[in-house]
Amino acid sequence: MLGVRKNLMKMKIKIGKKILAKNEDFAAVNRKFFKKKNILCINMISSPGSGKTTILEKTIGQLKKKINIAVIEGDLYTKLDAERIRATGVQAIQIETKGACHLNADQITNALHKLDTDNLDIIVIENIGNLVCPSDFDLGETMRVVVLSVAEGDDKCRKYPQSFAKANILLINKTDLLPHLDFDIKKVKKDALKLNKHLKIFEISAKTAAGMKNWFNWLTEPRTPVSP
Amino acid sequence: MHEAMIAENILETILAQTKTKAGKVTRVVISCGQINAINDEAMQFAFEVAAADTICKGAKLKIKHIPLKGICRSCGRKFDFDLYDPKCSKCGKSDFSIGDDAPLLLEEIEFEKK
Repeated sequence: MLGVRKNLMKMKIKIGKKILAKNEDFAAVNRKFFKKKNILCINMISSPGSGKTTILEKTIGQLKKKINIAVIEGDLYTKLDAERIRATGVQAIQIETKGACHLNADQITNALHKLDTDNLDIIVIENIGNLVCPSDFDLGETMRVVVLSVAEGDDKCRKYPQSFAKANILLINKTDLLPHLDFDIKKVKKDALKLNKHLKIFEISAKTAAGMKNWFNWLTEPRTPVSP
Repeated sequence: MHEAMIAENILETILAQTKTKAGKVTRVVISCGQINAINDEAMQFAFEVAAADTICKGAKLKIKHIPLKGICRSCGRKFDFDLYDPKCSKCGKSDFSIGDDAPLLLEEIEFEKK
């Protein structure tokens, strides 16, 4: 058989499939579930340290007598944030991603099985602190909230446009620090609205409670259920 | 490094498509939009890692970036929207609407049959 060429044949195979189709399938399952249960699900995205957990603590403290809130906490390794949320007296499920930079929709589907979702009004998913990766992964949420703290600098909308382009709400947090910083809040709002003219922006300080009322009002306002 | 997860998903899709065939994959073509924030270097690296010990080992990965289209409300021009510099490329105004971003797509593969 010496000298016989191996019969190699090259061919192109068209595939044309969405790479994140699996994630999208789970996101669709979650979205359907939220709609059926009439739950407002919020996917909260920000850099580390922007104050997501503090905003949630204050929000739950203020609203828990009026509405039922639960939280799904994404963290790389620790359970610290879930413990902080449980201390406020509401359900919190921890997802430890073991180093992964974002949450996937199937992790949310699993977490939903562990929650008592009867009579829940709002589920907040606190995503991994990261302004890049989480924005690619639809979790089936009803609304996406991006948090930017003024200490991070006023160039973040320009540097991480993906997160802002896909959000429904922008919370500009830690506004109590503004007198100490060169943070041009007008510029940030302008930059953010350029990327996303439908973005609703609230200026808040979770620490001093300044502006938090507008956020609470938005959370509790009656809304027509979104179509799946 | 969401690219790692994306690479895993690419591999899963390819392996599902080729499981009845003997041979190896020599080229993989994917396309992505602007909001996907795919970093080419990170994507190449993640793909190489995910492809190790599979029939995709050593396959070339081609990444196509599909521009996001903006339509200027001032001058009416359709332009490639730059997320990092959001303005009309003709008149410079920033009053525009943005089209849908292209999804992350596994377009095609090149397969070398044994």
